Amino acid sequence: MTSATERIGGATASARPPRRRSAGGFRASSGAAATAFLVPNVVLIVVFTLLPLVYAAVISLQDLDSLGGTSWAGLGNYAELVTDPVFWQSVANTGVFTLFTVPVGMAIGLGVAVLLNGVLPGRALFRTIIFLPLVVSGVATGVLGAWMFDQNNGFVDDLLKSLGLPAVQWQSSGGWAMTAVILMTLWQRIGFDMLIYLAGLQGVDPAVQEAATTDGASGWQRFRLITFPLLGPSTFFLLVMNLIYSFQVFDTVWAMTRGGPGYGTTTVVSYAYRVAFDEHGPQLLGYGAAVGIVIYLVTLLITGLQWRFTSGRDQTD
Amino acid sequence: MTSTTWDTGAAGSAPAAATTTATRSPRKRRGRLLGLRITVAVVVTIVMAFPLYWMLLTAFSTRADLYAPGLQLWPQHFTVQNFVRPFREFPVWRWFGNSLLIAVVVTAITVVCNLLAGYAFAKLRFRGRNALFLVLLSTLMIPPQAIIVPQFFISIGLHLYGGLWAVILPEAAAIFGVFLARQFFLAVPDELIEAAQLDGAGRFRTFVSVVLPLCRPLLAVLVLLTFMGEWNAFGWPLVALSGNQQLFTVPIGIVGTLQGQYTSDYGAIMAVNLLMILPIVALFLGFQRYFVEGLSRSGLR
Repeated sequence: MTSATERIGGATASARPPRRRSAGGFRASSGAAATAFLVPNVVLIVVFTLLPLVYAAVISLQDLDSLGGTSWAGLGNYAELVTDPVFWQSVANTGVFTLFTVPVGMAIGLGVAVLLNGVLPGRALFRTIIFLPLVVSGVATGVLGAWMFDQNNGFVDDLLKSLGLPAVQWQSSGGWAMTAVILMTLWQRIGFDMLIYLAGLQGVDPAVQEAATTDGASGWQRFRLITFPLLGPSTFFLLVMNLIYSFQVFDTVWAMTRGGPGYGTTTVVSYAYRVAFDEHGPQLLGYGAAVGIVIYLVTLLITGLQWRFTSGRDQTD
Repeated sequence: MTSTTWDTGAAGSAPAAATTTATRSPRKRRGRLLGLRITVAVVVTIVMAFPLYWMLLTAFSTRADLYAPGLQLWPQHFTVQNFVRPFREFPVWRWFGNSLLIAVVVTAITVVCNLLAGYAFAKLRFRGRNALFLVLLSTLMIPPQAIIVPQFFISIGLHLYGGLWAVILPEAAAIFGVFLARQFFLAVPDELIEAAQLDGAGRFRTFVSVVLPLCRPLLAVLVLLTFMGEWNAFGWPLVALSGNQQLFTVPIGIVGTLQGQYTSDYGAIMAVNLLMILPIVALFLGFQRYFVEGLSRSGLR
């Protein structure tokens, strides 16, 4: 029993206990007890998550500013959103950010995982250090990035100069600023990709590889035809996770660039914050809520796709 | 490129036996391959560690050195002034106190709530259990970033706004731990619980004195991950604490105050940044196993 309860990790399909016993395994009426156990969590979730979602939908139908002015706008906020060039720019920025952070991060994470999966002196140390940025907050990452990519005094510019390369406008060019944000995000996230792939690699049976080697498969063939397909579930999990986190990125970006220069690195969530709350912004709360609803719907779409593809493999009974 | 077949064996003894029949060259090739792998691993690790080294270096460098032209990869003049200045000029101690208070209280509330609910879903029978479970599961899909505007109004309506509770309560409304806890409790044998109840223990007593002691790893994962999430929290605190420097947490203080005040004094910013990540890094190094297990379940936070 200890081995079953001592550890938490392992495959999602962890050993279930014997099927629940027939009627009256526990004295029947545990309704009152269950209520007591559930009320704290349920109340918090209802008041601070479910209710706000409904409320967000209501607010998104209003013209609302921070001074308290309120009037019904119908779908006005959404109509405005569709024609708002800055909103679309933030969508495009988020798309670019996602397009680079997700596949590149996963590819590097996979490479590192394969590298560190076998016996290697100092393997634990390598893993620990590569994993470490993951526990560093998005704000710390962003602030550090702002300094390292500082246009005149940062490390990266000094490095380029010392290599005889031309200086890069990390802060005044939107494209380069986005590149810097992407690089810092990759730095923070590769450890997570590595971690999940390492766990996946544990499930790849060495005997299959050995058989392939006997049949004359080269290292690359073995990876491409055996290892990678067997890592399918890890890849899928990472894809969904990374898509969601890239889509919702805020703290790293805000701490690093404030969405600038101009709107060059403004992602959708940064835009929602900027229009609703930033002291230099227009403080349009109804409009911000509408952007929030869009964020929710896209998240729902990504998760919905995940459930569709993995129905029967998730945690529900 | 992989040599996992060999490597995952009993540390080289089995492969050695296997290669006795093989020619010399594959073994030599494997040796070179190992050298290549170590080299790549070292390079990757140095690149990954470098930004943290740079933070450390900056925090202990003089302003003159930091803004001097040219690349300096190691400290020229060691100084601790970067740590003195921000603490003297801004309520940084308070920010650390606020961060700690918020993280501890949120962790306590969240973990207790999650454990209780997870236990109910795993071991108590009640009407509507599956329906309620699905409803809670669906709230996982509500990104906190999507509901900041209504949370702002709700925290005003509940008279929380303008105090630390405006951060604490919404942040404590977390659900992920429920699923983790439920899965863990499912593995606790029913016989154990029944035995306790036959001995006259109530449900709560059974939970606290029989089930929980078996669940230290679960507790460790939940506490560590929740604490880290709150210590690092940014989006909602930025809105909830805006305007009152005395209420700031460390991340909000850095972004809301220090970045604006020390625009050309990154030594001071990196000093506070370093102090901010230090507790989490220490916890991570001390309890790496639980972080790894927890994060592989919950993903990035």
